[in-house]
Amino acid sequence: MIEVNNVDKSFGGNQVLFDVSAKFETGKVNMIIGQSGQGKSVLAKCIVGLHEVDNGSILYDGRNFSELEGFARRDIRKEIGMLFQGSALFDSMSVEDNVMFPLSMLTNMTKKEMQDRADFCLDRVNLLGKNKLFPAECSGGMQKRIAIARAIAMKPKYLFCDEPNSGLDPKTSIVIDNLIREITYEFNITTVVITHDMNSVIEIGDNIVFIHEGRNWWSGDSNSIITTENPEINGFVYASEFMKDIKALMQKKIQ
Amino acid sequence: MRRLNNIGKYFLMVRIIFSRPEKWKIFYVRIMNEIDIIGIKSLPIVALLSVFMGGVIALQTAANMTSPLLPEYTIGYITRSSTILEFSPTILSLILAGKIGSNIASEIGTMRVTEQIDALETMGINSLTYLVLPKIVGAVFFFPIMIIFSIGLSLIGGWLAVISSGLSNTETYIFGLRSFFLMSDIWYALIKAIVFAFVIVTLSSFYGYYTKGGALDVGRSSTQAVVISSVVILICNFFLTQMILL
Ligand SMILES: Nc1ncnc2c1ncn2[C@@H]1O[C@H](COP(=O)(O)OP(=O)(O)OP(=O)(O)O)[C@@H](O)[C@H]1O
Ligand SMILES: [Mg+2]
Repeated sequence: MIEVNNVDKSFGGNQVLFDVSAKFETGKVNMIIGQSGQGKSVLAKCIVGLHEVDNGSILYDGRNFSELEGFARRDIRKEIGMLFQGSALFDSMSVEDNVMFPLSMLTNMTKKEMQDRADFCLDRVNLLGKNKLFPAECSGGMQKRIAIARAIAMKPKYLFCDEPNSGLDPKTSIVIDNLIREITYEFNITTVVITHDMNSVIEIGDNIVFIHEGRNWWSGDSNSIITTENPEINGFVYASEFMKDIKALMQKKIQ
Repeated sequence: MRRLNNIGKYFLMVRIIFSRPEKWKIFYVRIMNEIDIIGIKSLPIVALLSVFMGGVIALQTAANMTSPLLPEYTIGYITRSSTILEFSPTILSLILAGKIGSNIASEIGTMRVTEQIDALETMGINSLTYLVLPKIVGAVFFFPIMIIFSIGLSLIGGWLAVISSGLSNTETYIFGLRSFFLMSDIWYALIKAIVFAFVIVTLSSFYGYYTKGGALDVGRSSTQAVVISSVVILICNFFLTQMILL
């Protein structure tokens, strides 16, 4: 379980996060949703320590990450897999080298074992056979999937995905969603997914945190997001007429 | 104030760079790679520059020897001393600051703005050690070799210029090269090469690593890296000369 306690974060004079607290449970897909520019990515980067928090603390299964330094912090990070919003693939390395990179740096696996693991991960994201391409030769959606393969290569205990299916077609999107859900349950991972995609939220979200104006505005599960009367969340999730209709249908289904 | 802050940040960065590499085998491969990029790929420009530099020094010296009291071997003597003391280590490092410095700053800067450095860090890898230490080792190892190479070619350039213009002959030129030779001059040149290599790599990495923003800022960082490395090379050159030669 990852606990976020009363986190504040500002850049210069611009405060982005205000007293954010949240709990992300183990073996569950935890969603962070919210409008663009409300601080979702900043929150994720604070949790993995790429930004230092101004106030508050982050606990990984009771280990106070914010108080740790250098090596101790790196040990926790070795248990983290992260998918960045912009994929962040190493563009000097081929697809399979990207996936094998954390293995070669951090484990004592043999070449063969690494190759097998890379093939396995690439297979999970439907990219087997593209091993030798370079990131620049791949489409945006492929880059996303390679990044997911890299994030799961180390069998992480904590998995962060910043918009895993933005830029993907609906079908691939579902494949990725299912993959995230499967590995979460299979390996009992604490998964945190940042998304705009309401389809994923309803499909795979176990717990949902709605970030609005830098605050944890609302949290609940995927049923309560359908029944909630919170005006901001309704304004966000059910912004279009189409979604409003869906909400009505869903509410009927739940009753 | 910001400048002072940067100096502190720079020394902090250098301290973090010198941590134990994650895997020695990968570290070794990365060093070889950097020697290729920083060193081997710079050899053509170094060669070209050195030959012409030596030629011009020899010609200038010959042209300015108006006094009949100056022996002809002065040409060789002056070409050798200026090449070893200043031209090869300093001028070459300034040129390489432009080539290597901008290359390093833009490579690391691009990795910063595309979150590749963040990706390294979240994996639990010390990104500074992984990225910069092989460059430092590669450059510090290869710069002295490059400087010796350059000194040799520069002296050959001087010889070619002298012979082809008929200003002197081979024996006199070589006699000049060998007169009043001090081994310590070579050591001095090598020390300068090592210091300048360190300056170029660490400063360029610094400006690349702390790039903020996007592609435009990467360009700005790489310009800054070249300008600041050059200035620092000149300042170090002054103090090294004072410390070692006096
Ligand atoms: N490194 C930074 N320095 C300064 N300000 C930043 C930095 N990163 C983010 N911000 C600011 O923090 C705010 C929140 O940004 P963030 O990237 O978290 O948004 P987001 O919720 O992830 O949006 P999106 O859905 O578009 O990705 C923005 O106003 C942004 O300008
Ligand atoms: Mg974001």
